[in-house]
Amino acid sequence: MKVLVTVLPKPSVLDPQGAAAAEAIRHLGLSGVGRVRIGKVIELELPDSTPDSEIHRIAKDLLSNPVIEDYSISK
Amino acid sequence: MKFAVIRFPGSNCDQDCVLALNNLPGASADFVWHKDTSLAGFDAVVVPGGFSYGDYLRCGAIAQFSQIMQTVKSFAASGGTVLGICNGFQILCESGLLPGALVRNKGLHFVCKHQSIRVESTNSRFTRTATKGQVLNIPIAHGEGCYFADDATLAALNANDQILVRYCDAQGQTTDAANPNGSRENIAGICNETRNVFGLMPHPERACDAALGSTDGLVIFDSLLKC
Repeated sequence: MKVLVTVLPKPSVLDPQGAAAAEAIRHLGLSGVGRVRIGKVIELELPDSTPDSEIHRIAKDLLSNPVIEDYSISK
Repeated sequence: MKFAVIRFPGSNCDQDCVLALNNLPGASADFVWHKDTSLAGFDAVVVPGGFSYGDYLRCGAIAQFSQIMQTVKSFAASGGTVLGICNGFQILCESGLLPGALVRNKGLHFVCKHQSIRVESTNSRFTRTATKGQVLNIPIAHGEGCYFADDATLAALNANDQILVRYCDAQGQTTDAANPNGSRENIAGICNETRNVFGLMPHPERACDAALGSTDGLVIFDSLLKC
Protein backbone atom coordinates (compact mmCIF):
# COMPACT_ATOMS: atom_id res chain seq x y z
CA MET A 1 0.00 0.00 0.00
CA LYS A 2 0.98 3.60 -0.42
CA VAL A 3 0.85 5.85 2.60
CA LEU A 4 1.14 9.63 2.49
CA VAL A 5 2.62 11.39 5.50
CA THR A 6 2.05 15.15 5.56
CA VAL A 7 4.36 17.17 7.78
CA LEU A 8 3.60 20.82 8.60
CA PRO A 9 5.28 23.30 10.94
CA LYS A 10 3.33 23.78 14.16
CA PRO A 11 1.23 26.97 14.16
CA SER A 12 3.42 28.36 16.97
CA VAL A 13 6.62 27.98 14.93
CA LEU A 14 7.87 30.79 12.73
CA ASP A 15 7.48 29.73 9.07
CA PRO A 16 9.30 32.34 6.98
CA GLN A 17 8.87 30.29 3.79
CA GLY A 18 5.12 30.29 4.28
CA ALA A 19 5.13 34.03 5.02
CA ALA A 20 7.17 34.69 1.86
CA ALA A 21 4.78 32.59 -0.23
CA ALA A 22 1.79 34.45 1.25
CA GLU A 23 3.41 37.73 0.28
CA ALA A 24 4.04 36.44 -3.26
CA ILE A 25 0.38 35.42 -3.56
CA ARG A 26 -0.56 39.01 -2.67
CA HIS A 27 1.81 40.18 -5.41
CA LEU A 28 -0.18 37.95 -7.79
CA GLY A 29 -3.10 40.23 -7.04
CA LEU A 30 -5.00 37.93 -4.70
CA SER A 31 -5.66 39.81 -1.51
CA GLY A 32 -7.72 37.26 0.39
CA VAL A 33 -4.87 34.95 1.35
CA GLY A 34 -4.43 34.30 5.05
CA ARG A 35 -1.67 32.35 6.64
CA VAL A 36 0.38 30.04 4.42
CA ARG A 37 2.41 27.20 5.86
CA ILE A 38 4.91 25.12 3.92
CA GLY A 39 5.71 21.55 4.87
CA LYS A 40 6.36 18.33 3.03
CA VAL A 41 4.59 15.22 1.84
CA ILE A 42 6.33 11.86 2.03
CA GLU A 43 5.04 8.85 0.10
CA LEU A 44 5.83 5.46 1.64
CA GLU A 45 5.38 2.06 0.03
CA LEU A 46 4.64 -0.42 2.79
CA PRO A 47 3.36 -3.99 3.09
CA ASP A 48 -0.44 -4.02 3.43
CA SER A 49 -0.07 -5.68 6.80
CA THR A 50 1.90 -2.78 8.33
CA PRO A 51 0.15 -1.81 11.57
CA ASP A 52 -0.81 1.83 12.08
CA SER A 53 1.40 1.96 15.15
CA GLU A 54 4.45 1.31 12.99
CA ILE A 55 3.48 4.03 10.49
CA HIS A 56 3.02 6.48 13.37
CA ARG A 57 6.43 5.49 14.73
CA ILE A 58 8.09 6.25 11.38
CA ALA A 59 6.24 9.56 11.15
CA LYS A 60 6.92 10.62 14.72
CA ASP A 61 10.51 9.42 15.19
CA LEU A 62 11.98 10.21 11.79
CA LEU A 63 9.77 12.01 9.27
CA SER A 64 8.71 14.79 11.64
CA ASN A 65 10.23 16.52 14.63
CA PRO A 66 7.49 16.83 17.27
CA VAL A 67 9.19 19.92 18.73
CA ILE A 68 8.43 21.96 15.62
CA GLU A 69 6.13 19.91 13.37
CA ASP A 70 2.82 18.06 13.29
CA TYR A 71 2.07 15.19 10.93
CA SER A 72 -0.96 13.45 9.52
CA ILE A 73 -1.28 10.12 7.75
CA SER A 74 -3.50 9.17 4.83
CA LYS A 75 -3.68 5.79 3.08
CA MET B 1 42.72 15.90 26.70
CA LYS B 2 41.83 13.87 23.65
CA PHE B 3 38.93 15.02 21.48
CA ALA B 4 36.93 12.86 19.09
CA VAL B 5 35.70 14.89 16.11
CA ILE B 6 32.81 13.02 14.53
CA ARG B 7 32.86 12.85 10.76
CA PHE B 8 29.61 12.28 8.86
CA PRO B 9 29.21 12.24 5.10
CA GLY B 10 28.73 15.98 4.47
CA SER B 11 30.61 17.25 7.53
CA ASN B 12 32.78 20.16 6.41
CA CYS B 13 34.11 21.74 9.60
CA ASP B 14 35.70 18.55 10.90
CA GLN B 15 39.19 19.46 9.69
CA ASP B 16 38.92 22.99 11.12
CA CYS B 17 38.04 21.50 14.52
CA VAL B 18 40.90 18.99 14.48
CA LEU B 19 43.37 21.69 13.39
CA ALA B 20 42.21 24.19 16.02
CA LEU B 21 42.35 21.58 18.79
CA ASN B 22 45.73 20.14 17.79
CA ASN B 23 47.19 23.66 17.96
CA LEU B 24 46.19 23.96 21.62
CA PRO B 25 48.71 22.93 24.27
CA GLY B 26 47.28 20.01 26.23
CA ALA B 27 44.77 19.03 23.55
CA SER B 28 44.84 16.53 20.74
CA ALA B 29 42.09 15.54 18.33
CA ASP B 30 41.30 12.79 15.89
CA PHE B 31 38.50 11.99 13.46
CA VAL B 32 35.89 9.35 14.28
CA TRP B 33 33.86 8.02 11.34
CA HIS B 34 30.06 7.86 11.60
CA LYS B 35 30.07 4.09 11.21
CA ASP B 36 32.43 3.61 14.14
CA THR B 37 30.91 2.50 17.41
CA SER B 38 33.64 3.21 19.94
CA LEU B 39 34.84 6.34 21.70
CA ALA B 40 37.40 4.44 23.78
CA GLY B 41 40.40 6.57 24.66
CA PHE B 42 38.63 9.90 24.07
CA ASP B 43 37.90 12.44 26.81
CA ALA B 44 35.50 14.64 24.88
CA VAL B 45 33.41 14.66 21.69
CA VAL B 46 32.97 17.43 19.13
CA VAL B 47 30.10 17.14 16.66
CA PRO B 48 31.24 19.54 13.94
CA GLY B 49 29.45 21.71 11.42
CA GLY B 50 28.53 20.94 7.85
CA PHE B 51 25.62 19.27 6.10
CA SER B 52 25.51 15.74 7.49
CA TYR B 53 23.76 13.38 5.07
CA GLY B 54 23.03 16.38 2.86
CA ASP B 55 20.71 17.80 5.53
CA TYR B 56 18.04 15.59 3.94
CA LEU B 57 14.63 15.58 5.61
CA ARG B 58 15.73 18.07 8.32
CA CYS B 59 19.16 19.23 9.45
CA GLY B 60 20.53 16.49 11.69
CA ALA B 61 17.51 14.21 11.24
CA ILE B 62 19.39 11.35 9.59
CA ALA B 63 22.59 11.78 11.62
CA GLN B 64 20.75 11.07 14.88
CA PHE B 65 20.34 7.44 13.76
CA SER B 66 23.98 6.91 12.77
CA GLN B 67 25.96 4.25 14.61
CA ILE B 68 28.37 6.65 16.29
CA MET B 69 25.53 8.80 17.66
CA GLN B 70 24.27 5.85 19.71
CA THR B 71 27.71 5.78 21.35
CA VAL B 72 27.72 9.57 21.73
CA LYS B 73 24.35 9.32 23.52
CA SER B 74 25.68 6.84 26.07
CA PHE B 75 28.90 8.87 26.40
CA ALA B 76 26.78 11.93 27.23
CA ALA B 77 24.52 9.95 29.57
CA SER B 78 27.57 8.92 31.60
CA GLY B 79 28.61 12.57 31.98
CA GLY B 80 31.04 12.84 29.04
CA THR B 81 31.71 16.22 27.47
CA VAL B 82 29.94 16.76 24.13
CA LEU B 83 30.23 19.98 22.10
CA GLY B 84 28.01 20.47 19.04
CA ILE B 85 28.84 23.28 16.63
CA CYS B 86 26.36 24.50 13.98
CA ASN B 87 25.18 21.30 12.25
CA GLY B 88 26.46 19.56 15.39
CA PHE B 89 24.03 21.66 17.48
CA GLN B 90 21.22 20.66 15.11
CA ILE B 91 22.19 16.99 15.46
CA LEU B 92 22.26 17.20 19.27
CA CYS B 93 18.75 18.71 19.27
CA GLU B 94 17.43 16.08 16.84
CA SER B 95 19.03 13.38 19.01
CA GLY B 96 17.24 14.65 22.08
CA LEU B 97 20.52 15.46 23.85
CA LEU B 98 19.49 19.13 23.90
CA PRO B 99 15.96 20.60 24.06
CA GLY B 100 14.38 22.59 21.22
CA ALA B 101 15.14 22.67 17.51
CA LEU B 102 16.80 24.80 14.85
CA VAL B 103 14.59 26.00 11.99
CA ARG B 104 14.99 28.13 8.87
CA ASN B 105 16.44 31.60 9.49
CA LYS B 106 13.73 34.23 9.85
CA GLY B 107 15.13 36.21 6.92
CA LEU B 108 15.35 33.02 4.79
CA HIS B 109 18.94 33.86 3.81
CA PHE B 110 22.04 31.85 4.61
CA VAL B 111 23.95 34.12 7.02
CA CYS B 112 27.75 34.07 6.92
CA LYS B 113 29.55 36.76 8.95
CA HIS B 114 31.32 37.60 12.18
CA GLN B 115 28.81 37.88 14.99
CA SER B 116 28.97 39.14 18.56
CA ILE B 117 27.71 36.75 21.22
CA ARG B 118 27.45 37.37 24.95
CA VAL B 119 28.46 34.85 27.58
CA GLU B 120 25.36 34.42 29.74
CA SER B 121 26.69 31.88 32.19
CA THR B 122 30.15 30.76 33.25
CA ASN B 123 28.70 27.88 35.23
CA SER B 124 29.74 25.21 32.74
CA ARG B 125 32.85 23.35 31.70
CA PHE B 126 32.55 25.15 28.33
CA THR B 127 32.53 28.73 29.63
CA ARG B 128 34.26 28.57 33.01
CA THR B 129 37.26 30.71 31.96
CA ALA B 130 35.08 33.40 30.37
CA THR B 131 33.51 36.22 32.34
CA LYS B 132 29.76 36.72 32.57
CA GLY B 133 28.69 39.35 30.07
CA GLN B 134 31.88 38.95 28.00
CA VAL B 135 31.28 39.67 24.31
CA LEU B 136 32.90 37.23 21.87
CA ASN B 137 33.40 37.84 18.18
CA ILE B 138 32.80 34.48 16.49
CA PRO B 139 31.78 33.61 12.91
CA ILE B 140 28.37 32.22 12.08
CA ALA B 141 27.49 30.42 8.84
CA HIS B 142 24.06 28.83 8.65
CA GLY B 143 20.71 28.82 6.89
CA GLU B 144 18.81 27.02 9.63
CA GLY B 145 19.97 28.46 12.91
CA CYS B 146 16.78 29.96 14.28
CA TYR B 147 16.46 28.40 17.73
CA PHE B 148 12.93 27.38 18.66
CA ALA B 149 11.58 25.96 21.89
CA ASP B 150 8.10 26.24 23.38
CA ASP B 151 7.41 28.61 26.28
CA ALA B 152 7.70 25.92 28.95
CA THR B 153 11.09 24.77 27.62
CA LEU B 154 12.34 28.36 27.43
CA ALA B 155 11.27 28.98 31.01
CA ALA B 156 13.14 25.86 32.12
CA LEU B 157 16.26 26.86 30.16
CA ASN B 158 16.26 30.25 31.89
CA ALA B 159 15.47 28.84 35.32
CA ASN B 160 18.28 26.28 35.08
CA ASP B 161 20.83 28.75 33.69
CA GLN B 162 21.19 26.59 30.55
CA ILE B 163 21.48 29.46 28.07
CA LEU B 164 25.26 29.89 27.78
CA VAL B 165 25.48 32.41 24.89
CA ARG B 166 23.12 34.91 23.24
CA TYR B 167 23.45 36.97 20.05
CA CYS B 168 24.19 40.61 20.82
CA ASP B 169 25.63 43.75 19.27
CA ALA B 170 29.25 44.85 19.75
CA GLN B 171 28.22 46.60 22.99
CA GLY B 172 26.70 43.40 24.38
CA GLN B 173 23.05 44.44 23.94
CA THR B 174 20.80 41.50 22.98
CA THR B 175 18.57 43.53 20.66
CA ASP B 176 16.31 42.26 17.86
CA ALA B 177 18.61 43.96 15.35
CA ALA B 178 21.54 41.91 16.66
CA ASN B 179 19.63 38.65 16.24
CA PRO B 180 20.87 37.22 12.91
CA ASN B 181 18.29 34.48 12.45
CA GLY B 182 15.18 35.09 14.57
CA SER B 183 16.20 32.76 17.40
CA ARG B 184 13.90 32.97 20.41
CA GLU B 185 15.39 35.23 23.10
CA ASN B 186 18.52 35.69 20.92
CA ILE B 187 19.67 32.21 21.93
CA ALA B 188 22.96 31.22 20.27
CA GLY B 189 23.84 28.23 22.42
CA ILE B 190 22.48 26.11 25.27
CA CYS B 191 23.64 23.27 27.49
CA ASN B 192 21.69 20.34 28.86
CA GLU B 193 20.44 20.15 32.43
CA THR B 194 23.50 18.22 33.59
CA ARG B 195 25.72 20.83 31.86
CA ASN B 196 27.98 18.35 30.05
CA VAL B 197 26.44 18.80 26.56
CA PHE B 198 26.69 22.19 24.83
CA GLY B 199 25.43 23.17 21.39
CA LEU B 200 25.88 26.50 19.63
CA MET B 201 25.43 27.84 16.11
CA PRO B 202 28.57 30.07 16.03
CA HIS B 203 31.89 28.46 15.09
CA PRO B 204 34.50 28.86 17.87
CA GLU B 205 36.94 26.67 15.90
CA ARG B 206 37.05 29.39 13.23
CA ALA B 207 38.10 31.96 15.82
CA CYS B 208 41.22 30.33 17.26
CA ASP B 209 43.91 32.00 15.16
CA ALA B 210 44.63 35.74 14.85
CA ALA B 211 45.16 35.23 11.10
CA LEU B 212 41.43 34.42 10.84
CA GLY B 213 40.39 37.71 12.44
CA SER B 214 39.51 36.60 15.97
CA THR B 215 40.80 34.37 18.74
CA ASP B 216 37.66 34.69 20.85
CA GLY B 217 36.73 31.05 20.26
CA LEU B 218 39.70 29.92 22.32
CA VAL B 219 37.91 30.67 25.58
CA ILE B 220 35.55 27.74 25.01
CA PHE B 221 38.34 25.23 24.33
CA ASP B 222 40.51 26.68 27.13
CA SER B 223 37.59 26.22 29.51
CA LEU B 224 37.38 22.54 28.53
CA LEU B 225 41.11 22.04 28.98
CA LYS B 226 40.89 23.42 32.51
CA CYS B 227 38.40 20.71 33.52
